[in-house]
Amino acid sequence: MSSETKQILTTDGIPLEVSLKKAEKKNKIKAFLLVAPLLLFLVITYIFPIGDMFMRSVDDRMVTNMLPKTFKAMENWQNLDELPPEEVYRGFYEDYKLLAENQQHGKLGQRLNKEKNGFNTITKKLFRQIKRKKIDESASLKEQINKIHKRWRDVEYWQAIKRTAPPYTASKYLKGMDMYFAADGSIAQVDEDRRIHRILWLRTLEIAFFVTLFCFFMGYPIAHLLATLPMKYSNLLMICVLLPFWTSLLVRTASWMILLQQQGIVNDFFVMIGLVADDNRPEMMYNKVGTYVAMTQILLPFMVLPLYSVMKTISPSLMRAGKSLGGTPFVAFWKVYFPLTIPGIGAGCLLVFILAIGYYITPALVGGASGTLISNQIAFHMKTTLDWSFASAMGLMLLTGVLVIYWIYNKLVGVDNIKLG
Amino acid sequence: MALPSYTETRYRIWHYIYIAICAFVFFFLIAPLFVIFPLSFNAEEFLVFSEGMKNLDPDAFSLRWYKDMIYGTKNPWGLAAKNSFIIAIFATIGSIILGTLAALGLSSRHMPYKGIIMATLISPMIVPLIISGVAIFFFMAKAGLAATHTGIVLAHIILGTPFVVITVTATLSGFDHSVTRAAASLGSNPVNTFMKITLPLILPGVISGGLFAFVTSFDEVVVVLFLAGLENTTIPVQMWTGLREQLSPTILAVATCLILLSTLILVSAELLRRRSERLRGINR
Repeated sequence: MSSETKQILTTDGIPLEVSLKKAEKKNKIKAFLLVAPLLLFLVITYIFPIGDMFMRSVDDRMVTNMLPKTFKAMENWQNLDELPPEEVYRGFYEDYKLLAENQQHGKLGQRLNKEKNGFNTITKKLFRQIKRKKIDESASLKEQINKIHKRWRDVEYWQAIKRTAPPYTASKYLKGMDMYFAADGSIAQVDEDRRIHRILWLRTLEIAFFVTLFCFFMGYPIAHLLATLPMKYSNLLMICVLLPFWTSLLVRTASWMILLQQQGIVNDFFVMIGLVADDNRPEMMYNKVGTYVAMTQILLPFMVLPLYSVMKTISPSLMRAGKSLGGTPFVAFWKVYFPLTIPGIGAGCLLVFILAIGYYITPALVGGASGTLISNQIAFHMKTTLDWSFASAMGLMLLTGVLVIYWIYNKLVGVDNIKLG
Repeated sequence: MALPSYTETRYRIWHYIYIAICAFVFFFLIAPLFVIFPLSFNAEEFLVFSEGMKNLDPDAFSLRWYKDMIYGTKNPWGLAAKNSFIIAIFATIGSIILGTLAALGLSSRHMPYKGIIMATLISPMIVPLIISGVAIFFFMAKAGLAATHTGIVLAHIILGTPFVVITVTATLSGFDHSVTRAAASLGSNPVNTFMKITLPLILPGVISGGLFAFVTSFDEVVVVLFLAGLENTTIPVQMWTGLREQLSPTILAVATCLILLSTLILVSAELLRRRSERLRGINR
């Protein structure tokens, strides 16, 4: 009797394989149901809103909805170098009249003005003519509108209207990189002296990079010390790392503001050791120096903890073996110890870099004008200019960068290997 | 770390340089926190050490900023502290419940799509706060929850759950599942098994995740700045406003209290971690 022919049955008489699959499926559903509440909650309150940010960032339906007849008529506008035909003028007139009746014409003027300077004036003039009922709807509207202002006779303005027709646009993303759609639809750079965003992106990368570097060079030695010292000393020193880690970010920023001010302790110390003159105290806050110093101290624990947890697992006998085989302490360190700590270095550096690239509070408080980062610009557009679609676009550009790093982190370290404390 | 007696001079020097570097870094980490203590007892309004303080003159020290913090008429600290605690407590409870359930599911070896789900659940910790702030603000504005306590609590649950998920998953990784099977074979239903067997064993992880969630909520300012109205101001929001406008010593008094609170949390987290490691049988 071979085992292939006889099926194994459970006590209920069901084949074991089927029964097992059923049980597995039940377990799968059970596990999933446990995760479901949080997953659902996050999808609704967090993942969808990020999708909503994307919709806002590309949404350009305002004009599309305001000028339906115009854009319908523009489909028949063949030669774009010449003024559009009468029906486009009529469509625009009818759309505009409807907007004026609903008090929406101002919004349109402002939006078109962003597309091409000078629109606000000429739409206002058109509005006044309509209000005074000076336009004869039975005659040629093309002639009448052209007479209102010379810009209405300029084909570039009609081209600008046509450019706003598509309901979606990538223009906010281009703006985030200091570029824009030129009149002919090609992508152009803004003037050299107005390229503020590119400077901010570069500065954000630069600050995140150097903060990561500083954290690495400061964190590596102390992580090593903590991992090699006997427990009773290292526990005490660990408090120096963990207390800042648990302390409010604003408290730590406040203490740096006190230390770095012109009459502050750091400057006092420099004067005392004769590094700077008392009447010539350097400004260490409200610039990049302040941002670097404060951010390095604040993010240092995030470097030390992953390094420490990796170094803790390295047996000290490896170094002794390296030395006994003839390596000097330096060689033993470089060839044996250092390569073993690379997973920790990767985890720490990526963590610090990810955190630094999205930093907002500390740069805003100690950074001044030259220390602000891209996050500050996003907050500025959210709160001050209220250009939410632009803030969303920049936020998503930043997010893309972070997600790429997160993906690398996940490949290298694995998210489930993140250790806390 | 004592050096062996045969160490060559150059390595001896290098060793002392290394110790000096470490000492400097530890100083750099911890010293800024200690500047706040003495200055919060300053009798004067300036944020520098006065001559009297340098000479340890008792008159140069006072509790006036603490009195101002508690009794000051125009000070919003009372309201802010109340809001902060209410929001943090509810956010912690929410994070613990949702996060622990999710961690239990994720630790099951039957869980499908484990990697991608874990990455999604952890994402609020990785996504820059400013982006989370914008996204959550859009949601809360649509749901009519902007400028309400509920909105802020929900936002903080989003930010706090990843910590609970991580710590509880870590605790469960050393969890011996045969004890729950034993309970089941003895006739216990799943809820009873969880309450009587699983929960007590993973409790250190749950509480330490809860502490993280509490601190995250208590310390969070970016998202609250988007969501809060005047009524929902919290301690970090008040500190942010104070630091932007004018650094008053009252802020230092508040900061001192916050440092004491974080010391308390650090000690409890540390004790929990050790207990948890002992329970999981990790000996170092």
